[in-house]
Formats: sequence, structure tokens, C-alpha cells
Amino acid sequence: MTCSTIWQGLVFCRHPVQNRLTGGQGRLHDDTIEPRTYSCGVAKLSATDTQAGANSLRSGPDGRGRFGIFGGRFVAETLMPLLLELDGAYRAAQADPEFRRELDYYLKDYVGRPSPLWFARRMTEELGGAKIYMKREELNHTGSHKLNNVMGQILLARRMGRTRIVAETGAGQHGVATATVCALFGMKCAIYMGATDVERQKPNVFRMRLLGAEVVPVTAGAGTLKDAMNEAMRDWVTNVHDTYFLVGTVAGPHPYPQMVRDFQSIIGVETKEQIVAAEGRLPDTIVAAIGGGSNAMGIFHPFLDDPEVRLIGVEAAGCGLDSGRTAASIERGKPGVLHGNRTYLLQDADGQITEAHSISAGLDYPGVGPEHSWLSDIGRAEYVGATDQEALDAFQLCTRTEGIIPALESAHAIAYATKIAPDMGKDQIIVVNISGRGDKDIFTVAEHLGVKL
Amino acid sequence: MSRIARRFATLRQQGRGALIPYVEACDPDYDTSLAILRGMPAAGADLIEVGVPFSDPSADGPTIQKAALRGLKGGSTMKRVLEMVAAFREGDDGTPIILMGYTNPITAYGPERFCVDAKAAGVDGLIVVDMPPEEADLLAGPAATAGLDIIRLVAPTTPDDRLPVVFNGASGFVYYVSITGVTGTRTASTDELAHALPRLRRATDLPIAIGFGIRTPELAANAVSVADAAVVASALLNTLEATLDADGKATARTVPAVLEQLRGLANAVHAVSKPVSE
Repeated sequence: MTCSTIWQGLVFCRHPVQNRLTGGQGRLHDDTIEPRTYSCGVAKLSATDTQAGANSLRSGPDGRGRFGIFGGRFVAETLMPLLLELDGAYRAAQADPEFRRELDYYLKDYVGRPSPLWFARRMTEELGGAKIYMKREELNHTGSHKLNNVMGQILLARRMGRTRIVAETGAGQHGVATATVCALFGMKCAIYMGATDVERQKPNVFRMRLLGAEVVPVTAGAGTLKDAMNEAMRDWVTNVHDTYFLVGTVAGPHPYPQMVRDFQSIIGVETKEQIVAAEGRLPDTIVAAIGGGSNAMGIFHPFLDDPEVRLIGVEAAGCGLDSGRTAASIERGKPGVLHGNRTYLLQDADGQITEAHSISAGLDYPGVGPEHSWLSDIGRAEYVGATDQEALDAFQLCTRTEGIIPALESAHAIAYATKIAPDMGKDQIIVVNISGRGDKDIFTVAEHLGVKL
Repeated sequence: MSRIARRFATLRQQGRGALIPYVEACDPDYDTSLAILRGMPAAGADLIEVGVPFSDPSADGPTIQKAALRGLKGGSTMKRVLEMVAAFREGDDGTPIILMGYTNPITAYGPERFCVDAKAAGVDGLIVVDMPPEEADLLAGPAATAGLDIIRLVAPTTPDDRLPVVFNGASGFVYYVSITGVTGTRTASTDELAHALPRLRRATDLPIAIGFGIRTPELAANAVSVADAAVVASALLNTLEATLDADGKATARTVPAVLEQLRGLANAVHAVSKPVSE
């Protein structure tokens, strides 16, 4: 497998991505440029470090782990030396070709990358506007984009000599991905999950237990992702000697937002290559769902310096942006500090964090990754909301027209795409990130449709 | 000289260690927590930590988590916490008050305004659990202008070469988190403390308080025999919780039970004689 540095200074993976779409015809115009070898899994890392120029939007975070005023390392002193160690270990791994080779191997043969970019013909026809493409992250092993990040971090944890993994999970997708790699590498694994989420995501809880993980229900607060994150941090601070905290989204203290983004950027790197192969140009719009924001950051990041590409993050509006029952942190939150970083948070006037609400357990979080907060403030990405009902409608539309059952999280992105596609020209292109598959959600959806399973 | 520095200087002259009890604001209601706060100096408190309730106390164990939630239910806001300190100050001008809490309620209030109002209310120092030296610039300027001490936390995981970073900008005293873990769980062994203290002493001249896991008079006495102060929080909160009625309301036993336990702790701490110095 070889990768080449080509075209607009981006680093692309050059394995048979384009062949899936074009039968091998889709070649990028790379012949004129001297090829450089990168491993796919960390192609973005190199792009960030060596090629993002002074004016690039891809060069963050700064030395303090900040994106503008957002990010940072707001943790107890006990954890601070660990974060500094992690930062150093991550930099060393980035610079080590062996780490890249190893990650590349697992991404290809275990995760199943690259994931296809699918032209959603029937949905496009039904909506009657822009062409809709779907980045098929739900086809990854364990059924979501989560494994991209988890695979990178578990290899890092092994390099650091850690033997036990703790993680938080909302919908259970990150928990399942983490439990999976712990099984693969024979590591101890504790997954913290809000008690409410344990109840509404039973299949994933069973999966994690089958994989050998200890699933710890968290009853504090509303028993959702925020509370699971608190408890995972408490476990980490208690077991620092052997434990690695495997954060599942682009939030938390530095270097997590950067590291998770880097590992997830494979999504955008592939998308860029695939859409150029299929259409000969970049998309007009990219749409992705936002909870913490890792799938969105992963697909956005390689496009940040392409101003012609509109980037739209879709937050969970829950019962409506102004209903008081929402998870739309950017649209309805204020900057504050939680879980190690400064970012937009749902909070009251006294700085107490309020409960988020979404039909989707994976989006049910009162914060968002700090880089998204920054991209929103500088206006490079737009952040909008889709309600529970809109997500349910999109879930059914996608299933009916494409034969793809999307995760309820991803259905929020689809919902927004269905809103804007009819008003766009037929020659315009939208890429929707299908971050996960919806098998885990059929019980929730059935309940809302009044069907008893 | 700040109230905190004055208090430690006095204790050194008397050859005594300090007991620093903790009370969570508005736990389970404003009046009860104020009554406990007011009773603490007479029960033997040398300095007092007032916990500022936060919805997501990720560095705290179950006891302080529950206390924080009770405090929020009991009507705690930053404004209310400062009112409580001001009410305490009306009757006590000598006992230093340290606010302990998390960053977000301070940033929501506004760091500058917070420091000014806290000083005016009679607060002497701040412990912000999730604000390590790397993020301290958020508060350092306003706190210095207002004359508030920033008390830094040091942990067993803090390596020697990091100690200067931690102590740069520290004032008042240093809070040694004696275990890796959350509040109110494990207790550091005598050996662990004996190993930890000399390495801190080499790096700072500030008084050192030990906290996390100090539950009994014996443990508190043990802590002040090697350090300058012992912080007791969860043990007092457990006692408070045990006196609440089925609805979580304070009873007639609540205030006396907490203060009685405090007296026992204080007697043990004050029985430890330390080298007298000027």
C-alpha cells in the first residue's frame, strides 16, 4: 500500500479506494508529483504537521492545546503529568514509521478500510436536488466510525505499556469498539455507561460483556454520557499506574481532541480522494452529525482549507432547539469548562451543567469538541439542529430508499441533508457521513413508531 | 500578610499543626451550612474550606458528589456562597476561608468580578480543582489584584521536575493530594507520606496541608505530624448525611453531630506538638 502527497498539498491514501467507485479508472493526477510514502492511518498527521501552512485552519491546536479560546487541559493535578506523558508519547508515535505501519495494517485488515463513498441514487431522485453521496463508516468493523480512533489509541496505549483500558460510552458504539480492541489485544477493559443508556442500548451492553469488558452502569445525574465521562475520569485518576483512558470523541483535555481528530481524519482523507475520483471535483457541502463531534471532525478536517466546501455539523435538537430538551451545545450553549476542556456547554446562569436530551444516546451530551466551538466562532463550519422527529423520519427514508439502516446519530445528518438537497442544483454534491449503522437503534425506533418487538 | 499566612505563622509560634475542615455550601440548606461554618472555629477549625457545589465534580468521590448535589438542591449559587462567607465574617475576622470548587462556576460568574466579590465577602484563598498551573492564567491576575491566595494541588504523580511549575504562583499553602484517586476513598500510608513530604519541602517554603482519605482523629494526627495541616472533608459530610431525615432535610442532630466530630479531630491534631519557630 502506498500513499502519495498530491493535489492541494493534501496527503492522500492511495490504495484501492477509487477502484470501488470507478472500477480502477479513477486515477488522481498524481503522476506529476513526486510520491511520498505515508501510511494511511496517519496520513492526516503528516498533513497537519508538515504541510499546514501558517494560514491553514488545519494547524491547530497551539502548544497549550487550544483552538482559539477553546480546548486546554482543565484537569486535576493528579492527571496533569499523565496528559503530558500522553502528549509526548503521541508525538513520538506520530514520528515513528513503525507505528504508522502497524496502524495501517489494522485499519485495512481488521477495521476494513477504506470505507466506500456511495452515491445514494434513489434518495437523490426522491429529493430532486443535489446529488447525495454517503460516506459508509457504518461498514467498519463494529458498525461505526469509532474503531478508527480506538485502533489508533489502543496501539498507543500498548506502546506506553498500559495494561488496562477505561472508556466512557453513550450509545455504546465507542464502548463496543473499545471492548473489541481490548479483546483483540488481551487487555483489561472497564466501560462506564450511564444507567439510562444501559437501559436503552441493551444490545450494545450485551456485546461489550461478550467481548469481555466490565460494563459499569453510572447512576449519577441523568445517567447518560456526561455522567459516564465523570466516572471514567474518576477511575483513571484512581488507577493511573496501569490504566489508559481511551476517550471516544474529540473532547476532553489536550491532546485528546487533537489525537482523536487525527485518527478520525482518515474519513475525510478518503472522502476527498473518492469524490474527486467519482466527480472530478470537491463536494459543495459535507454534512455530519455532532455529539462530541468525532465523526464530523474526521470528515471536516481535511477540507478546512477548501473554502468552497461548505461544512455543516448537525446537532441533536431533541424536542426542538428552544424546547429546553435539546443537546445542541453550540446553538444553545455558552463557553465554559467541563471534562478537561473549554468549549460550548449547555449550562445555567450559575455555570451548572444542564442535562442534554436527544433520542440518540450518542448525541446526548451537553458539550462538544473544542475545535468545533472554534470552527463555529470563526465561521468556517455551520452548526444546525435536527429534532428527534426529523431524525426518525430520515432514518426511515434512508432505510427505504437506500437499503441502509443508519444509526440514529447519523440520521440527524441525513435529516439536514434532506432539508437542503431539494433547494440545491442537480449538479451540486452533498456528502453525508453515515457514521454508524442503526441495528442498535431498532428498539428505540420501534417504540417511537408504536411497534412492539 | 494574608489571613492564611498570619494563621500559619501563629500556629508555628505555638508549635501546632492545623485542622482544615470542609463544609459544602447550602448542604442541605443555607442556614444549616452557615450554622456549621459558624460553629467550626470554636470546635477547633484553624482554617476552613467551603465547597462550592458543582454539577459535575469529576475529581470527587461519592460523598462530595452527593454533598454537591444536596447543595445545588439547597439553593447554592456562587452569589449565595459568597453571602454565606460574608455572614460568617460578621462574627469571625481571624479564621481563613478557602473556597474549593471547579472552574466553570467561576468562569460563568466572570473571573474578575468573582475575585473582587470573593475578597469583599471575606474569602482568603481559592482551590480550583480542575485548574492546573497550565491554565492558571485565567484566574492568576484577578486573584493577585484582589489579594486572594491561589492554593495549588500537588499529587503523588507530580514528578520532582514539575514541582517548580506547580509552585510558581502558589501562595497561602500547598495542598498535597495524598493518594491517586478521588476524595474520600483510600488513605495514604504513613510510609507514603513520609516519602512524599521531604520532596515537597525541598521545593517550597509554603505550609503543606494533606488531604484526601483522612477520616479519623488518628489519621489527622498522623498527617500533621509530618505536614502542617490536615484537611478533613468526606468524613464530616458522611456524618452530616447520616443525620438527615428521609427527605434529605437537616434535623436537630445535624449541626451538633458534625461539630462534635470536628472537636474529636481537632483534639487529636492539636495534641501533636511540632517544633516551635518564628
